[in-house]
Amino acid sequence: MPVSVTSSQLIFDALKACDVRIVSALPETWLVHLIRMAEDDPEVTLVRLAKEEEGVGISAGAHLAGVKSAMLMQNHGFLASINGIVSLAHLYKIPLLMLISYRGEFGERDPWQTQGGGATVPLLDALGIPWERLDNPDHVASKIRKAQTLADSALKPVALLLCRDLMWEE
Amino acid sequence: MEPMLRIDALRAIHERLADCVVVTIMGAAAAELQEVGHRPNHFYLQHAMGLASSMGLGIALARPELPVVVLDGDGSVLMNLGGLTTLARYRPRNLTHIVFDNESLLSVGGFPTATSTGSDIAAIAAAAGVPHTSTVRTLSDFARAVDDALERNDLTTIVAKVAAVGPRGFVTDLALLENRFEFARYLRARRASAPAG
Repeated sequence: MPVSVTSSQLIFDALKACDVRIVSALPETWLVHLIRMAEDDPEVTLVRLAKEEEGVGISAGAHLAGVKSAMLMQNHGFLASINGIVSLAHLYKIPLLMLISYRGEFGERDPWQTQGGGATVPLLDALGIPWERLDNPDHVASKIRKAQTLADSALKPVALLLCRDLMWEE
Repeated sequence: MEPMLRIDALRAIHERLADCVVVTIMGAAAAELQEVGHRPNHFYLQHAMGLASSMGLGIALARPELPVVVLDGDGSVLMNLGGLTTLARYRPRNLTHIVFDNESLLSVGGFPTATSTGSDIAAIAAAAGVPHTSTVRTLSDFARAVDDALERNDLTTIVAKVAAVGPRGFVTDLALLENRFEFARYLRARRASAPAG
């Protein structure tokens, strides 16, 4: 499948450079290489979830325990995490570094992904979560670093939208 | 036999919790543990039902040298049954998962949960793959089960059947963020004072 290994490696290397040591994930097509890289790296603990909201709890626990983490999810996983984001991360001022595969944008062929695509950004805005698109390989490392910096200084969730132009090669 | 009270169960293990990292759910469990005695190693998750066990997993994975105890409830566990499979999958040896099962959502009107009609959380946890599970109904059995879990050094779920009674109110004078920053500071200090190696 034409998921970009090069971009996945850039993202994974950027997370490592940010001292991320726990990565929670629920598989989705665009994330397959990233998840495998996390699994194969002995310095990273990959936590495979049953549902994405668990990742909010895991990242909150890791943060309070002094370990940096990141969450890999599809935008539908973000939708499934919203109660945890509001009633744990926002309520207790917990930084979350959320990498969200942004399905349902221009170019989406899967009809079932199209509804979530339109809901993602309005919901991020409604929740007051700072977000940026990640669509250019040249910007991956600096944007991930800056996203983590803001999350840690503001003590709040931040989101990077992994876009089609970055993740999909065809 | 009168059913065990959660606050008595908390009193019975309070001393053992002194060196543990403790995460509780909201409502009666949080209020009663504070009444028995707050310590900086306690974190009270006053919302986000279901995620106390996930937080415990995050702490246990981040800090494998620390014993972590989660004080959960039947209503909360039922909101995150998938989380039991995640706990079992990563099997943190330093995590003890205690579920106070009063068969109701006490804090929001006492409506019965599915454990009142036969759903068995210890059996669900065992089927999810948690290697050690038990259901206890008396204070002495509870205290022994907690002792065993802490000494065993393996993931354990203990379901403590308790009466559906709790405190009059649930708001305490410990502000949520005060608790959060105190707890994080405690965990930092534990790292600083840990022996090198």
